[in-house]
Amino acid sequence: MRLRNDLSPLTIAALAMAAIVGFPLLSLALSLTQTGAGSIQHLVSTLMLEAVFNTLGLMLCVGAGCALIGVSTAWLVTAFQFRGSKSLEWLLLLPLAMPAYIIGYAYTDALAFAGPVQSSLRAMFGWSRADYWFPDIHSLWGVSLMLTLVLYPYVYMLARAAFVEQSACIMDASRTLGGNMRESFRRIALPLARPAIAAGIALALMEALADLGTVQYFGITTFTTVIYRTWFGMGDRIAAAQLATALLCFVLLLVALEQSTRGSRRFGRTSKRERIIGAKRLTGWRAFGAAATCAIPVVLGFAIPVAILSRLHLSGGDPFFGARFLQYAGNSFLLAMLATLVIVSAGALLAYVLRVSRSRIGSAAVRFATLGYAIPGTVVAVGVLIPLGIFDNALDGFMRGTFGISTGLVLSGTLVALIFAYLVRFLAIATGGVEAGYARIGMNVDFAARTLGSTQGAVAHRIHVPMLRRSLLTAGLVVFVDVMKELPATLIVRPFNFDTLAVRVYQLASDERLAQSSTAALTIVAIGMLPVLLLTRATRRQG
Amino acid sequence: MTTFTTRRQLLAASAGFGALLAAPAIVRAQADKALNLYSSRHYDTDEALYTNFTQSTGIKINRIEAAPDALIERMRAEGANSPADVFISVDAGRIERARELGLLAPVNSEALVSRIPAHLRDPDGHWFGFSTRARVIVYNKEKVNPADLSSYEDLVNPRWKGRFLTRSSTNIYSQSLTGSILAARGEAGTEAWAKALVANFVRPPRGGDTDQIRAVAAGEGDLGFSNTYYVGNIIRKPAAADQGVIEKIGVFFPNQADRGTHVNISGGGLCASSKNKEAAGRFLEYLLSEPAQKFFAEGNDEYPVVAGLAPPTSIARFGTFKADQLNARVFARNNAQALQIMDRAGWK
Repeated sequence: MRLRNDLSPLTIAALAMAAIVGFPLLSLALSLTQTGAGSIQHLVSTLMLEAVFNTLGLMLCVGAGCALIGVSTAWLVTAFQFRGSKSLEWLLLLPLAMPAYIIGYAYTDALAFAGPVQSSLRAMFGWSRADYWFPDIHSLWGVSLMLTLVLYPYVYMLARAAFVEQSACIMDASRTLGGNMRESFRRIALPLARPAIAAGIALALMEALADLGTVQYFGITTFTTVIYRTWFGMGDRIAAAQLATALLCFVLLLVALEQSTRGSRRFGRTSKRERIIGAKRLTGWRAFGAAATCAIPVVLGFAIPVAILSRLHLSGGDPFFGARFLQYAGNSFLLAMLATLVIVSAGALLAYVLRVSRSRIGSAAVRFATLGYAIPGTVVAVGVLIPLGIFDNALDGFMRGTFGISTGLVLSGTLVALIFAYLVRFLAIATGGVEAGYARIGMNVDFAARTLGSTQGAVAHRIHVPMLRRSLLTAGLVVFVDVMKELPATLIVRPFNFDTLAVRVYQLASDERLAQSSTAALTIVAIGMLPVLLLTRATRRQG
Repeated sequence: MTTFTTRRQLLAASAGFGALLAAPAIVRAQADKALNLYSSRHYDTDEALYTNFTQSTGIKINRIEAAPDALIERMRAEGANSPADVFISVDAGRIERARELGLLAPVNSEALVSRIPAHLRDPDGHWFGFSTRARVIVYNKEKVNPADLSSYEDLVNPRWKGRFLTRSSTNIYSQSLTGSILAARGEAGTEAWAKALVANFVRPPRGGDTDQIRAVAAGEGDLGFSNTYYVGNIIRKPAAADQGVIEKIGVFFPNQADRGTHVNISGGGLCASSKNKEAAGRFLEYLLSEPAQKFFAEGNDEYPVVAGLAPPTSIARFGTFKADQLNARVFARNNAQALQIMDRAGWK
């Protein structure tokens, strides 16, 4: 069923945007036509097997962990009422504000051999190195746990929105027909929420694949660390781009796999009621169990790392705390706001075009344009710098030749370049979030409105936007927080003298001053919490 | 968070956004007279170094600080119009790579050549080392008798089995040390050395140099590698976690009986794209001036390169040492091969 022909102006706009955003990724793929300096053979005979094994292991652990925590907590806080369930609803989002590299620093600092925990144990029991066993956090398990703790909110957020927006009627019907809560969950709620859950897991996995800071700090060899090693350690840019292309193909394969198993099923909602009526009240040990299950990820992913960072901050803290520091925070905030506006608008446009045009080319282009999320930040950043540099220099050459004036670099080294880098990197979040929202609005709604004489634009304006409000807000929240946390692209692409909180953390941490970097880290977390709280208020009022 | 509901709103927002984006470009155009640094130094104390330059010359300094590899990629992408005037690295390997990629232009300065020892600068004048750091062995005084220590090569002695700590081979300091051993021992000898050293590791490499120092003090291992300025940092500004660390450790300068201890440089070079070559040259010469050299020593515990200047107070207590005179360009060029050797040896 098609509402518009394939090449409407909107589709063309979307294709154009997909092309611009996809360009840096495409320039990576060009490396396949070139020959590197032979690093790949070296890697195959040394690190490759371990890297692939670790990467798959990491994806498996993080995917399973995020699914387990995200879905179970989302179901508990939506379908049941228990002591603390209202607060846990938003508390469960907080680990989102915690950058993975920072939770990694915090835990390794606390749990290292020379850290406070093991030192106290040794002092208390008079042990030395060989006398006791302590779980080694510098392991695949350790780094998977770190990433899971900060990435599960993607699944939680999308799953919860899906559970909440699911038709109360369907659940009521299921329960009227004698289904108990468990059965309703397994047979109704879970299958209905599946697209949202899959989207959440996909985001978590893509972020885990792109992670460099955490895995490198933990000393784990992954595909991403191998790309960096090839590029920077061995100076073989072509081989590194080829490896990045392989990573891209792998992600493309996963996306296609997920899409094909989802098939053409589309679930529209039929009722406007927003709450599952009669969320079951839990008491006694059941209530305690539910509260504890939801509290554990908040404690591990937020409370404990914040406590560790606060302790570090109190013991030293940033020597620049004060006016300079306000400037870092202001820059971070400004960037995150601008990027959020641009990226959510772009994502909404793409998702809308996907819905109304359903053209195969369009949807393939959108899929490609949103792969940037799985590509390590530095690779994306260089992929952005190169075409901008070519453009700027070509423009300068043209202007010199024609008018005798030099324009220098127009885009490179400006905020435009930086926001473009964020767009390439984070477009997937916005598009995916809005798409998940659209998946729950039946096409019959559009058809009905069109039949009643609404224009396409009016449908988008008067029907989609209000119904997508929560999805748009959620996408905005995640993009905002992700931009706040983003480091590698910010470091390379930013203008002169433009420091952000994340840059400040980098400066101090790369100088091995962990205690001092805790101040900026805490501030990132604090600012990241703001939209979480705002979103909670906004959705409460609506609910 | 806003969502655009009408085309007009979208247009208005785009216009506002465009104006915001133009602002930095205008600011940048005005700042063209300033000196633009692409620096991979990331030390707070450098602020004083730059302020002092601005005060004495009136030339404002703009900075972008990032990892050296990232800065190199940025300069490559920006091409001939890159605003970069001076590139600063914290090791020889990366600044030599910038030279190989044609990103640096030679500087003819008698002042630079006469003040910097020959092995700490590019023979063709593309880059100049202005401070050094030595790669030393840090040991636990209770567990290690310094008389048992002699050279990097001797660390493969089975005596150190299960006692040695180091950071990852990903790090440039590991690469340049191995690159210097490659120059002295050849490929086969270096690979054998790396393999035997890995066999002595307490645990897979992880963390930074400061982490190795803490681990040595806490008894996770008995000895390990560190750059001297990390030791100096702990002495000068101990974090709360580092109370008592310095009392437990000793510092040993290896290879005093033969070629000397491996030293790396922090260096700078003139960018090929610079439109401000005169100011860039002045800046490089300024880095060799006595006040600047003192900032390196007392601000960040690095050794001055200019002869006759005092070493940093914090690490002077560990004594003077003989430094390896191998030209920095040699071990810098060995970096990539050194990394592949460490890969084969299983040095993560």
